[in-house]
Amino acid sequence: MSEAATARKLDPASHAYSIPLDQIDVSDPELFRSYTLWPYFERLRREDPVHYCPESQFGAYWAVTKYKDIMQVETSHKIFSSDTELGGITIEDGNAKLGLPMFIAMDPPKHDEQRKTVSPIVSPENLAKLESTIRSRVGNILDGLPLNETFDWVEHVSIELTTQMLATLFDFPWEDRRKLTRWSDVATAQPGSGIIDSWEQKMAEVKECGEYFAGLWNQRVNAEPGNDLISMMAHSDVMRHMSPEEFLGNLLLLIVGGNDTTRNSISGGLLALNENPEQYRKLRENPSLITSMVPEIIRWQTPLAHMRRTARVDTELGGKTIKAGEKVVMWYVSGNRDEDAIERPNDFIIDRARPRQHLSFGFGIHRCVGNRLAELQLRIVWEEILKRWPNTEIEVMGEPRRVYSSFVKGYETLPVRIRA
Amino acid sequence: MSQIIFIESNGTRHEADITDGHSLMEGAVANMVPGIDADCGGACACATCHIYVDDAWTDRLPEKSEMENSLLEFAPHLEAGSRLACQITVSPELAGMIVRLPEAQH
Repeated sequence: MSEAATARKLDPASHAYSIPLDQIDVSDPELFRSYTLWPYFERLRREDPVHYCPESQFGAYWAVTKYKDIMQVETSHKIFSSDTELGGITIEDGNAKLGLPMFIAMDPPKHDEQRKTVSPIVSPENLAKLESTIRSRVGNILDGLPLNETFDWVEHVSIELTTQMLATLFDFPWEDRRKLTRWSDVATAQPGSGIIDSWEQKMAEVKECGEYFAGLWNQRVNAEPGNDLISMMAHSDVMRHMSPEEFLGNLLLLIVGGNDTTRNSISGGLLALNENPEQYRKLRENPSLITSMVPEIIRWQTPLAHMRRTARVDTELGGKTIKAGEKVVMWYVSGNRDEDAIERPNDFIIDRARPRQHLSFGFGIHRCVGNRLAELQLRIVWEEILKRWPNTEIEVMGEPRRVYSSFVKGYETLPVRIRA
Repeated sequence: MSQIIFIESNGTRHEADITDGHSLMEGAVANMVPGIDADCGGACACATCHIYVDDAWTDRLPEKSEMENSLLEFAPHLEAGSRLACQITVSPELAGMIVRLPEAQH
């Protein structure tokens, strides 16, 4: 470990405040893995809220760290583009180097057409039809958990549940469903994360995913229209004429969007409750607080730490001049801890007055299309947990292992025990 | 104060007295009218305060901005009277306006 890395690890707060401002690079995935990110963001919010980082492993970028500045970027999509051709929506160019077109990484009008096609499947009315399916699957998973022994919550609950959900949404072959988990992990991974060893490996696995789904597409396009996402896409006038790359890109978008994010919020919620036992107690005494706890979990976790835009023209933001072509990173993870926008932002409070005002879903035309599905899944998970263990808290038994990424903010493992 | 009438998708009626100058969204939330989520807090940046304004009143409202139009287009069940409640300022001219709420916000 280098001297700087050691200093950072031992005392991140004093390291964050002692280094020259222009050396602060909040995109370093190590800050997220070692969970030492907070003081760096805090210093930027206080001293340099729209911050230019001249050098990082992802090249130069602007870090936008305050809630109101992030909101301005979100609602100015004509100035701040999501287009893959300009770089896309992750700090790594080309959407984590996937190099595929997808509607999250498009500007209007094409974005609007494709989004409108996908949106109805995750509308609240449609979700109501899925609720009982989700509930029985959650129930089965929870009923199968071991008691009085330590097990990994990520593997047994968070991954299993979100994977089953995705398989349901796609009407994906059940026995192959863990492929979805793998493809989701691969889609956002960079070499060094432990998930893939090289960009070539990533491309190869993405190709395999494309071939698998092309098979499903062919099957569905020739069948009667169904209620699953692939069938909806295959029978949509707008989407059926997509190129194979566009089809694959949009699929991966839905896989990642529906998988990593909810998975890490399911894990994060349990961790937050364990770190705040008075909140866990409050919840057990009053399960109706699940309604306001769910958005609080999503804020507290912020499962996607950032989204990126590229300036189309020279523009001003927070008193700084951003030049056309420059990379602008909205750090949701920081805006969600902004004391000027959110009261006691570092505290996990399950009965906040306005818990839905957080940045985790983004805002503007690219706001998360699956937001209500995510909330539904989290609500059901906690309802079913409290039903089964009204007087027992699921205990976190050790430190979680965190993902090496400044995009996906999440957990690889979380050891827990249910004492019964 | 001007009175606005909100009707939930199940028919429940709410008569809300709203301070002139406040937005319809703020007024609904302050009067505990259910069915308006207002996730973005009134920034015209989500579409979770979607409402249907009665035909008789739509002409009295300001034009939709480009942003409001875009966001509404992504909302389920768009109708002629669809608006975002955060973009309408309550004034005496709107007293008695009838506003219907969707089944859910997305």
